[in-house]
Amino acid sequence: MAEREQVKRGSSEREEEVEEAREPKADRSEKLKAELDDILDEIDEVLEDNAEEFVRNYVQKGGE
Amino acid sequence: MAVQKVLGIETEYGVSVVQQPDANPITASSVLINAYLSAIAGRVDWDFIDESPGNDARGFSVDGSPSIELETHLVNAVLTNGARLYVDHAHPEYSSPECISPLEAVRYDKAGEYIMRRAMSNVKRVSSPPQEIVVYKNNSDRKGNSYGCHENYLMDRAVPFSKIVSGVIPFFVTRQIVVGAGKVGTEFAGRDTRPVPFQISQRADFFEEEVGLETTLKRPIVNTRDEPHSDGHRYRRLHVIIGDANLSETSTWLKLGMTATILSMIEDGFVNGMNLSLAHPVHALRDVSWDPTLKERLMLSDGRKMRAIEIQVEYFERATKYAEAVGYGFLGREEEGPLLFAEWRRVLELLEDDPAKLSDTLDWVAKRELVAGYADRHGLAPDDARLAAIDLQYHDVRSAKSLFGRLPMRTLLKEEEVISATTEPPTDTRAYFRGTCLSRFPKSVAAANWDSLIFDLGQDPLRRVPMMDPLRGTKKHVGELFERVQSAAELVEALGS
Repeated sequence: MAEREQVKRGSSEREEEVEEAREPKADRSEKLKAELDDILDEIDEVLEDNAEEFVRNYVQKGGE
Repeated sequence: MAVQKVLGIETEYGVSVVQQPDANPITASSVLINAYLSAIAGRVDWDFIDESPGNDARGFSVDGSPSIELETHLVNAVLTNGARLYVDHAHPEYSSPECISPLEAVRYDKAGEYIMRRAMSNVKRVSSPPQEIVVYKNNSDRKGNSYGCHENYLMDRAVPFSKIVSGVIPFFVTRQIVVGAGKVGTEFAGRDTRPVPFQISQRADFFEEEVGLETTLKRPIVNTRDEPHSDGHRYRRLHVIIGDANLSETSTWLKLGMTATILSMIEDGFVNGMNLSLAHPVHALRDVSWDPTLKERLMLSDGRKMRAIEIQVEYFERATKYAEAVGYGFLGREEEGPLLFAEWRRVLELLEDDPAKLSDTLDWVAKRELVAGYADRHGLAPDDARLAAIDLQYHDVRSAKSLFGRLPMRTLLKEEEVISATTEPPTDTRAYFRGTCLSRFPKSVAAANWDSLIFDLGQDPLRRVPMMDPLRGTKKHVGELFERVQSAAELVEALGS
């Protein structure tokens, strides 16, 4: 299984790991925002053409 | 005493036919599933004999209800990965095989999405006139119709059901802050005048009771369906209907891992004395869902007020003590436990700090950031149809249209691991026996069920092989046997049944 580096370490290193994770948090927020901006730049290409019709026509009956 | 948490997820997918809003959903679901089945060899039909969805965990039975499912199942198959693929009511449904590790169950849940994608492209390729059927891994059509993503957990029958109910309700009401899939607006049919531009859960609008047998009307927080699909004297299967269908691997992983942990703690008496009983659980469910700021305080039965995150942190802290006391065996694989607990801790810490920092981790946060970002950029009102469309399209399972698929979400699995799970069964539950029989001897398996296989060995009568223990029939138990036998007849003879 693929596991991320930061959760791969043993519990003895947990405290240290939390400290490390804290430091770049501000950067992380900015990075996430920048990525979202890139996605928003291109999202109209993939969105359904007529939002109103798409939402209206999506009807599900029955289940569970 | 906590039993191994054998677990799995059943997902009803939303289904629609492009350019045909009035298409019959039962037909569309059947066409879709047949398109998948026709592409794979060795289809085997499902056997209904042991289905009893009308049995209630509280110890009684509802007359006639078993036939409801019998009549509405049209297409049914069991796959070589041990899963069941079928039409349930008006939806295509994929039930993952039994797994013992949450991460393994995520892999098989993701395999279900892959199977749906393959089914959709097969329909597109072979249908005449050309037709495109699309599935959505969500839980509502935004018009008040909801469909489920149910989890299943094996539990010790000796634990009184009332103890499960009281231990798990505060957890179920508040776990959505981690595992919700998010929704633009509300479909709540009752009286409430609060504006809800965005909420945490897909499902919270639809729950009306604390405990009950129903799944389609008056939905309960704890469902009492008592179909163990195993030895009912030793085990019960807790059928959990409150969850959302997740696309984020981390959301599904935590959903299964956190819940398996809490249920094991209940079995071992480790939640005793937590005193988290909520004064109004059904109302609290919506109070939590409708407040993505996580500030809402819930009234407890003892008069205290706590936020959902505080309740979740109490469960986590108790879980940490539990793991220190008993290890991580209840999560199936010892090595997975510390990883899951580290992620659980990270998510709770960031939810308290700033949920937006989990936009690459949790479904509801990812969707909220996307919706809010789009609304900001275009100056849209909360009720603009374009935001509702983004909500729906987040769950579109087609690679080219999925908005979830465009987001830089953290992953736990490699694509090849998911693809192999579409055909290979898990090795450490009875799903291994089921799946391997189907791939090795497809012509000899007349029917399959969760807890038995029926062989047609070319002579009367059919031979039924019971699999009443979900933890037997593993590769360790029968792997060598499969290598030794050349035919289903030899297998059945060797099993001595």
